[in-house]
Amino acid sequence: MTAPAAPALSAPAQRRDIAPLLLVPLLALAALPLIGDVSTWVTLTVAGLAMGMIIFIIASGLTLVFGLMDVLNFGHGAFISVGAYTAAVLAPSLAGLMQTDSLALNIVALLALIALAMAVTGAIGFAFERIIIMPVYGQHLKQILVTVGGLIVAEQLIVAVFGPVQIALPLPTAFRGALVFGDIAIERYRLIAVVVGLVIFAAMLLILGRTRIGLLIRAGVENAEMVEALGYHIRRLFVGVFVAGSALAGLGGVMWGFYREALTPSMGMDVMVLVFIVVVIGGLGSVGGCFIGALLVAVTANYTGFLAPKLALGSNILLMALILLWRARGLYPVAKR
Amino acid sequence: MSSESAPLLSLAGVNTHIGPYHILQGVDLVVPRGGLTMLLGRNGAGKTTTLRTVMGLWHASAGSVRFDGADITSWATPDIAQAGIAYVPENMGIFADLTVRENLLLAARSGPIDETRLRWIFSLFPALERFWSLAAGVLSGGQKQMLSIARAIIEPRKLFLIDEPTKGLAPAIIGNMIEAFRELKKTPDTTILVVEQNFLFAKSLGDAVAVMDNGRVVHSGTMAALAEDRGLQQRLLGLSLDQHQ
Repeated sequence: MTAPAAPALSAPAQRRDIAPLLLVPLLALAALPLIGDVSTWVTLTVAGLAMGMIIFIIASGLTLVFGLMDVLNFGHGAFISVGAYTAAVLAPSLAGLMQTDSLALNIVALLALIALAMAVTGAIGFAFERIIIMPVYGQHLKQILVTVGGLIVAEQLIVAVFGPVQIALPLPTAFRGALVFGDIAIERYRLIAVVVGLVIFAAMLLILGRTRIGLLIRAGVENAEMVEALGYHIRRLFVGVFVAGSALAGLGGVMWGFYREALTPSMGMDVMVLVFIVVVIGGLGSVGGCFIGALLVAVTANYTGFLAPKLALGSNILLMALILLWRARGLYPVAKR
Repeated sequence: MSSESAPLLSLAGVNTHIGPYHILQGVDLVVPRGGLTMLLGRNGAGKTTTLRTVMGLWHASAGSVRFDGADITSWATPDIAQAGIAYVPENMGIFADLTVRENLLLAARSGPIDETRLRWIFSLFPALERFWSLAAGVLSGGQKQMLSIARAIIEPRKLFLIDEPTKGLAPAIIGNMIEAFRELKKTPDTTILVVEQNFLFAKSLGDAVAVMDNGRVVHSGTMAALAEDRGLQQRLLGLSLDQHQ
């Protein structure tokens, strides 16, 4: 459709809300004098950004699932673990691509593992939605019970198959080591994680902002009933978003597994605390808020872990409390009906 | 009865429960093809529930809803919309984070917006052209109402269900709405069912009228007959036109 040109007449005020965008840079600048050493500060910041990107990948699907259908899916953590273990199972068969100095071949191996992990977690996500989530639409207490149950069952199945001990997921050869700039060393894999996170964020913005399906998702997050009244089956859309969210959690699991180079059956459950904090901080259903929230949470965890390790555990709870005192519905609240 | 002479929408003995509350208690309503039918009644009479039941947003616990020859009582809301019913809810249902353009684009289910129809809508509601690229959330109440109606009429539909289009609007905007509805009525094969509290608005536009009380339709007839019978207005609606004129 050709958009008609808007005449130059007075329009309602519409200010861009940039305050949340400044939080991460301000936090980083505030941390610099406290840390003192620039190279340490850069290392911590890049590590925080990399971790934040991975958390964003995991949390973005969850926030859309919640925003679209008010579904509290505590089982999201299961897809993180399944994604990571899928990579661990398949990695040996790609040893030829991974154990070479060729960055290109390593990237091919990583992409192949990501694609397979996303396919597996997407398929499981579809079954999870149909069997576990669908019967409890609109019933929040039951959603918590069945999805926590699903997470526990998944974790125990992993224990049954792989045992309770951690297993290794070594990085591809060319991803190891660091790029050194003077006194500053930046681990290669962290840069890769940042790039993957940015690509996913850009793709989500593109889909949500430029496609009809994205338009439907954004509208559905605001007012699902009205989307249905316009003639669209929101539940079909929700299934698609749930599958995509599960696949993204699988992708996040692969990235997280390589980040730690070790997997445990409880890794999904462990990271879910951070993921929920990110979703709440960002504003339920907001992808942009989720992105900033993930970076804030990860960078804060890294700085406090270095400056005051005893505070590290509670720092994100404190961060969430401060953000909610400032903006009770999160950084970028979605206009709900 | 031929399909042309059969009513476009009919409700027979419709009961609707919302939780423990029995809201519609046997609604019988006929909306003829063409023209504008007003659904009037005091607050809590069941008017909004009637529209929501037709749209399948709340399902009837008894009775039947027939639209264009089909029994849609148990249909899902999207299927009812696809059958040719457009709905403007009482709260307007605007997507505040989407632009005016995106709100209309979403409502145009069959594809790109028809340019001629868009121009016609802009002639009814010029503000929408002016604020085309703005988020709908920043529009005034009247502009949001214009957008909600524009969204309903962005493509031809057989039936428009519109819930209290004048609620909270300034008199000048209401005048604008009346003109827009008059234009909409002129379009062929268009039937409109409007829930309204503003009797003057109803009187100036309605062809047929149904009045609800306590979850039932207690009066049906022509708008002109009701407008002339002050006793009936007082009895059915508890209003005196003297207070409104």
